Amino acid sequence: MKLDSRIPSGPIEQAWDQARFDMKLVNPANKRKFNVIVVGSGLAGGSAAASLGELGYNVKCFCFQDSPRRAHSIAAQGGINAAKNYQNDGDSIYRLFYDTVKGGDFRAREYNVYRLAQNSVNIIDQCVAQGVPFAREYGGALANRSFGGAQVSRTFYARGQTGQQLLLGAYQALEAQVDAGSVKMYTRTEMLDLVIINGKARGIITRNLVTGQIESHAADAVILATGGYGNVFYLSTNAKGSNCTAIWRAHKRGAAFANPCFTQIHPTCIPVSGDYQSKLTLMSESLRNDGRIWVPLKGGDKRSPSQIPENERDYYLERRYPSFGNLVPRDVASRAAKAVCDEGRGVGETGLGVYLDFADSIKRLGKNAIEERYGNLFEMYNRITGEDPYTQPMRIYPAIHYTMGGLWVDYQLMSTIPGMFVLGEANFSDHGANRLGASALMQGLSDGYFVIPYTLGNYLASNKLEKVDTSAPEFAATTKEVNDTIARMLSIKGKRTVSSYHRELGKIMWDNCGMGRNAEGLTKAIQQIQALRQEYWQNVNVPGSGADLNQQLENAGRVADFLELGELMCRDALARNESCGGHFREEYQTEEGEAMRDDENFQYAAAWEYGGENAEPILNKEPLEFKYVHPAQRSYK
Amino acid sequence: MNLTLHVWRQANAAAPGRMERYDARNVSEDMSFLEMLDVVNEQLIAESKEPIAFEHDCREGICGSCGFMVNGVAHGPQRGTTVCQLHMRHFKDGEELYLEPWRATAFPVLKDLVVDRGALDRIIAAGGYVSVRTGSAPDGNAISVPKEAADISMDAAACIGCGACVAACPNAAAALFTGAKISHLGTLPQGQAERSRRALRMVEQLSLEDFGACTNIGECEAACPKQIPIEMIARMNHDHLKAAWQTRGARKSGGGE
Ligand SMILES: Cc1cc2nc3c(=O)[nH]c(=O)nc-3n(C[C@H](O)[C@H](O)[C@H](O)COP(=O)(O)OP(=O)(O)OC[C@H]3O[C@@H](n4cnc5c(N)ncnc54)[C@H](O)[C@@H]3O)c2cc1C
Ligand code: SF4
Ligand code: FES
Repeated sequence: MKLDSRIPSGPIEQAWDQARFDMKLVNPANKRKFNVIVVGSGLAGGSAAASLGELGYNVKCFCFQDSPRRAHSIAAQGGINAAKNYQNDGDSIYRLFYDTVKGGDFRAREYNVYRLAQNSVNIIDQCVAQGVPFAREYGGALANRSFGGAQVSRTFYARGQTGQQLLLGAYQALEAQVDAGSVKMYTRTEMLDLVIINGKARGIITRNLVTGQIESHAADAVILATGGYGNVFYLSTNAKGSNCTAIWRAHKRGAAFANPCFTQIHPTCIPVSGDYQSKLTLMSESLRNDGRIWVPLKGGDKRSPSQIPENERDYYLERRYPSFGNLVPRDVASRAAKAVCDEGRGVGETGLGVYLDFADSIKRLGKNAIEERYGNLFEMYNRITGEDPYTQPMRIYPAIHYTMGGLWVDYQLMSTIPGMFVLGEANFSDHGANRLGASALMQGLSDGYFVIPYTLGNYLASNKLEKVDTSAPEFAATTKEVNDTIARMLSIKGKRTVSSYHRELGKIMWDNCGMGRNAEGLTKAIQQIQALRQEYWQNVNVPGSGADLNQQLENAGRVADFLELGELMCRDALARNESCGGHFREEYQTEEGEAMRDDENFQYAAAWEYGGENAEPILNKEPLEFKYVHPAQRSYK
Repeated sequence: MNLTLHVWRQANAAAPGRMERYDARNVSEDMSFLEMLDVVNEQLIAESKEPIAFEHDCREGICGSCGFMVNGVAHGPQRGTTVCQLHMRHFKDGEELYLEPWRATAFPVLKDLVVDRGALDRIIAAGGYVSVRTGSAPDGNAISVPKEAADISMDAAACIGCGACVAACPNAAAALFTGAKISHLGTLPQGQAERSRRALRMVEQLSLEDFGACTNIGECEAACPKQIPIEMIARMNHDHLKAAWQTRGARKSGGGE
């Protein structure tokens, strides 16, 4: 497989301007003749569909929820970064670029990241104009807060509901286009396969989740913006419906999957409380601005936190990383929490937790100020745990949160299948081996509002696309495969539920491909997953039929895909003999337990090609070049 | 604890429905309400029965997917809480719970506890936005917004579109939902240009859907998991009245020769 990243040459500061100038344009009058499919209505898909509709393309947009406003982006809490330097604290596009490349542990493309930092400033303008009610200072100007991995205050927020407000902005823009007739919205509709004709993406096969109808949709280009695949771990901070089906099935049709093992574990989530647990809840990282993280100095200290005097507490992040303190990047904070728990110093009933304490901030700023900043998060914590974080410290523990890996895309966000573009968390493009807080929202909107409107036009204008409709034999053939898979799943009627398999897969992944990974565990995990997958196809019980609303069937298809993706993630983790960002191979660490990167051998993006049902996947490498930010060991000391 | 559930079961929109009785055993008080239903469903599947269909996604009280009546109360007994965030520590051993879908003509039942809330999207499509071309916006700080306006706007914008207000309203009106969007955009300087048109169109759309008329009963505010205040309806009525008045005036002065 040839990987042409189409990265522009020339100085990075002008690269995107130059690239845009070099792109071919579609004549305004011709735009409505092009049919474009956008799968996903989150920040990436919603902003793309709205912008493309506004440009005049004929857009169909799909989501599996009952409304585009419910895409998982809605749940983002903390904020969105932008290099506005409104605080006059030394921020700049270059600094945001630098922080993101360094935060990603030198495993992202410099040119993509620079463009992202450039677009960040336009995103804020766009969202303000849409009526996103960002937090304001008394003078009426936009307010900012700081986030992990940065020493400037560049995060814009709307209380603890930033994702909600940004998504509502994109959703409203999308509905405006629905109103104008340029976008047709298909809710409760799940993409189950990609249709390729003459080597190009020309449509999708979907299932209507209410009637069970399998339908064909033809187009000139297909855009996937279907979010992340963190639910391969079963327990994660993602919504229950978040899944990998669209990207996985596209992968099986020829799209390379890049860095699948790069997953982010978020340090501040509410710890697990029992076996019935269905998901994990994030407590926004912004809490680390005012909360101090600690555990008892001695293992097995079961006193209540208020009875542990200052000199018997270990504020381990402040101790180990004096310059970033509680604001070290997520991967570093998560590993540090695991380390103190492994030493037997964890808190709470399970011993898998650390304290996040607001007592000092409340003393210094008053309860009102803390309530103003984090009121809804404190309420959520109280609702779930029954404890009051104003009077006793929160208990937190790391959880799976985000997937930096995803389908491989070039600088124009096109996958290895011509005509198929991938946006948002579903692609691998900008965060390398670790994403900084408040950067996913930025990337989703950058891709959707400011990149795809240009690069899609360029593709359509520079390719002669023959007329295609759903009567093409490729649609019938793909439909048959989809129908066969559904029929097969429904016919097994075995002894175990879909979610029992999902839980088991999740445990294998968390134990072997989670916060710490090693060759032995990964090798074992690959075998376990293969065995589990085999059992799944013989013993799963999917009740009901395919001809109506059947949530078990929906889930069964998603879990089947996770059972394949999980294996690829372990293979990727096993092939990468180094530690970088969220990928921590226990064999590769310094004496102080910090990650040890190997730039000589692993400074590349791993783009995996599907090998076939019972064949091994093929590893392709895209070497990464660092012309501007010199790779160094990350230090947050 | 052990509970008895009476759940509305309905195969599809056309089929008749009925209440069915189920036992929920060994419920932990740290479970969420939906986790309790997950456990019941696993049991039903093991007994080769069809699991209960209910809508959910984020399970964090923000996506607005979940929602049904628990003993006649939308989202159940805890104020300001979606049913996905409701935890079992608020129930007692031996309780009987009646679970029913949102009841409103505008929200047809699709299956069991799942209803079609597409009407809410259509209300937003009828002007619930600020028209702004991608890439054409001025600098974010060029528009100064007083903190109080931003705060009121945010209070309104917190609506998650769950539909509980409609389900709780004896008239099945969607006034709180619509008022929240009109207030969100109408209190910001960015929303002024289209303020009148927005109010007129959104209110008109309300009457085109099968929602009832608001008679200011206030059940919506009590049921709303985001505690959207009822004053949002007054703001909507104000904008609508003013807009209706203005267009009448405009027609008068602009008409004629
Ligand atoms: C709890 C939480 C808090 C977060 N907080 C922050 C934060 O503060 N700042 C930040 O920058 N990032 C944050 N993130 C990360 C960020 O929210 C996500 O990475 C981002 O929103 C993903 O957006 P997206 O558009 O790529 O995908 P999503 O918003 O996940 O949208 C996916 C869309 O695809 C659709 N879809 C998926 N599969 C199919 C299919 N097969 N067929 C049809 N449709 C399909 C879905 O219906 C949905 O519309 C947070 C994430 C979580 C989980
Ligand atoms: S106003 Fe409240 S009850 Fe009504 S849809 Fe919005 S959040 Fe739900
Ligand atoms: S499931 Fe999202 S609000 Fe309840």
